Amino acid sequence: MDSKGNSEKKKDLTCVGKSVRRVDGWPKVLGKAKYTADHSFEGMLFAAVKRADFPHARIKSIDVEGAQLPGVEAIMLEEDIPGNPRFGALNPHQPVIISDIVRYLGDGIALVAAKSEKIAREAAKRIVVSYEELPGLFDPREARKSELSIHPEGNEIVHHVLRKGEVSEGFAAADVVLERDYQTQFQEHAYLEPEAAVAVPQPDGGITVYGSMQHPFSTRRVVARVLGLPLAKVRVIQGELGGGFGGKDESSSIVCARAALLALKTGKPVKLVNTREESFVESYKRHPYYLHYKVGAKKDGTLTAMEIEIVADGGAYASMSTFVTWRSVVQATGPYTVPNVKTDVYAYHTNNTYTGAFRGFGSPQIVYASESLMDELAAELKISPAEIRKKNFYQQGGETATGQTLKHVVSLEPALDAVLAELNKKPLEQNANPVFSRGRGFACSYRGVALGAEGVDATGAVVNLLEDGSAIVSTGVAENGQGLRTVFSQIVSEELGIPLEKIVFLDCDTSSIADGGPSVASRCTIMGGNAVRHACLQLKERLNLSEQPDLQKAIKATLNAGKSLYAFGWHNAPKVSWDEHTGQGDAYFTYVYACQGVEVEVNNQTGETKVLRAVAAHDVGMALNPQQVELQIYGGVTMGAGYGLTEEVILEKGVTKNPNFNGYHIPDSRMIGEIVPIIIENPDAAGPFGAKTIGEPTCELLAPAIANAILQATGARVRTIPATPARVLHAMQKEGAPA
Amino acid sequence: MILNFTVNGKKVAIEAEEDTNLLEVLRDKLSLTGTKCGCSVGKCGVCMVLFNGASVQACLIKGKKMEGAEVLTIEGLGTEKEPHPLQVAFLEYGAVQCGFCTPAMLLTAKALLDRNPHPTEEEIRQALKRVLCRCTGYVPIIKAIQAVAEG
Repeated sequence: MDSKGNSEKKKDLTCVGKSVRRVDGWPKVLGKAKYTADHSFEGMLFAAVKRADFPHARIKSIDVEGAQLPGVEAIMLEEDIPGNPRFGALNPHQPVIISDIVRYLGDGIALVAAKSEKIAREAAKRIVVSYEELPGLFDPREARKSELSIHPEGNEIVHHVLRKGEVSEGFAAADVVLERDYQTQFQEHAYLEPEAAVAVPQPDGGITVYGSMQHPFSTRRVVARVLGLPLAKVRVIQGELGGGFGGKDESSSIVCARAALLALKTGKPVKLVNTREESFVESYKRHPYYLHYKVGAKKDGTLTAMEIEIVADGGAYASMSTFVTWRSVVQATGPYTVPNVKTDVYAYHTNNTYTGAFRGFGSPQIVYASESLMDELAAELKISPAEIRKKNFYQQGGETATGQTLKHVVSLEPALDAVLAELNKKPLEQNANPVFSRGRGFACSYRGVALGAEGVDATGAVVNLLEDGSAIVSTGVAENGQGLRTVFSQIVSEELGIPLEKIVFLDCDTSSIADGGPSVASRCTIMGGNAVRHACLQLKERLNLSEQPDLQKAIKATLNAGKSLYAFGWHNAPKVSWDEHTGQGDAYFTYVYACQGVEVEVNNQTGETKVLRAVAAHDVGMALNPQQVELQIYGGVTMGAGYGLTEEVILEKGVTKNPNFNGYHIPDSRMIGEIVPIIIENPDAAGPFGAKTIGEPTCELLAPAIANAILQATGARVRTIPATPARVLHAMQKEGAPA
Repeated sequence: MILNFTVNGKKVAIEAEEDTNLLEVLRDKLSLTGTKCGCSVGKCGVCMVLFNGASVQACLIKGKKMEGAEVLTIEGLGTEKEPHPLQVAFLEYGAVQCGFCTPAMLLTAKALLDRNPHPTEEEIRQALKRVLCRCTGYVPIIKAIQAVAEG
């Protein structure tokens, strides 16, 4: 898909753009990589947490008498917390442990440290809490109307609006107006490594915390606040991360803060590792959304208006709900030019498990709904799903729903064409057994890159070039398993002409590099990559490489001149803007475009759906490491299949009914028959070597593609995901399709 | 009780309780932390080891069952100087991302190739279904195993 110029530009590169092996691969295949729970220290204690017994209740008393077992070294309640017991990025109302009101079953009430994990868990079990049970709210639509308030500040977490044109005029001008409701579920990140922390008290009264977290700096902020220590006395070191997917922010900070509290109290190292059940019950999930869409169109498919109302379940605490739903309000129309748009997105508190960041961050829900809607509208107008999309796609120079002019290459049509060409390479062949029906479907999306107008977006990198021509690189964004160490090492190799073997990536340690913001929003390559480049460019200037191209000689001359070869690069994202009253502005500095298609086979008797083949085309700006891009696509498509078909945390009155992998089913090796990745490259001025992003867009498209394919296979439209066998059968019976 | 068995070719004698499982023995008593814990109910498979040559979830092997057994963990599979071909193939094909399931995937693949040196893609998928991976979508893992099987 390269334009010719781009291919030639790429040819000049020596390391960037190549599928080099992971630089951190060996320790992982040898079993030597140290994940947090693998750390051990002399005299280390083990921690356990006593959690709430009701989803909404006032605590009357806490009796720890029976928990004073031999081997127990500390029991802590909220009153024992030296600092502020509450935290939260936007609303600091989430308790580390709580003594008055519990608001969901994951709330912690007491912490125990003991000589063994077994003793700690047994002691926690013996803590007796008496409660006055309070009525609970378990549906955000009820929380919206209810007089019962879960927090003093009310149940509404946020209400985002977007107003463009006048929807009444748009609907009046339409030939067809369609209204549809869609619903999405609680999804669990299901990182295979449960949350873990090891806190080690330091001689100066400070603390070092090893943790399984995505954002060491967010964790540092929480730990320092809870302990009442200056940030400088809290050193957070990221353990090798066994998966995060957006899930290891507050969920990890709370585990680190609890371990740190016990470590300071006992003066000994403390390890706290969640069981899988604790992880399911305590950690935040993907927001369930209730979406209502009204769309107007001309006979030829031209969209005239869209009115959207979305209600999200924020659960017990605010967490990232405001940011997650903000991405939804920006992107809710899908990548289509609509002259008149009115969107309202609300998030409410309930006594369910709280919800927060999860790969996709407010997009998988709206892409599922809007891309199902486009197929429904196409059917109503009797035009093809491809035709209606092409008629309305955003174009370069065109305007988005937020009034932003897209100045970069908008590659929606090439992505769609590439997917359809691959998907339809062979005509659809039905299974000879009439019990099975096959169908194909696809979905398209656009996605804002990095944080956008959510907040300040900046990050840093250090490149420390040594006298022998080797280099140490560290960055303010962290390796989450996605391959950041490798890609950043490639950039240094490219810029300074050092072989990869001579580059060492130093993992994120909050005491040795500037706060570079969180490793989220698929911002690491574009933001961190630019920061690494800035550092390299400073070094190149100091080395005067243009006049002295021999690196070794240049290093010697520079050092002899008394100059340092230690460079710190800082990158600020290009300007963005947002008017929260109108929902207008340049929401993100650039966007990525994608299309995914799928062929499914539905068992008409059981409703079971199998993904036979998936095709995914993504414009990444430029693939700095094509193999790593493909890996993101394979993983994201698979996660999207789980979202569309099997994954749902079942919460009944706040109780998680399936808190382990025997009841919650993430895709296994048999889930998808074949995945075909297609990389599209349109280099972006804002990215290092033109690179944009890939992590999140990969998992936002397969659920609607599957829903659209199920419709083609069975004639039935599933408007609630996951499309479980029961839901598919139900939809088939409703449509009168052959069962 | 004292349990006598072999881990990575070395004889060990471990004092353990009836309900102690092999995963706890490996991680806590032998400091072999390459074997991971993901669910404790035998459903995620990240604690897969070779137990008398077969891939088994270490969290499901309890007490006396360990007596006399031959156990292979990731620490015994190969070294950087003398790696198992699967370890090299996993790196070559990008079968490693976060790496948490990697030891289990490697051992499951070894068990498969030991009993079936030339498996079909379907047989590979069947064998891997007992280990979950949240990062790779399984594709590169399958490719790596195929590459080793094809020599």
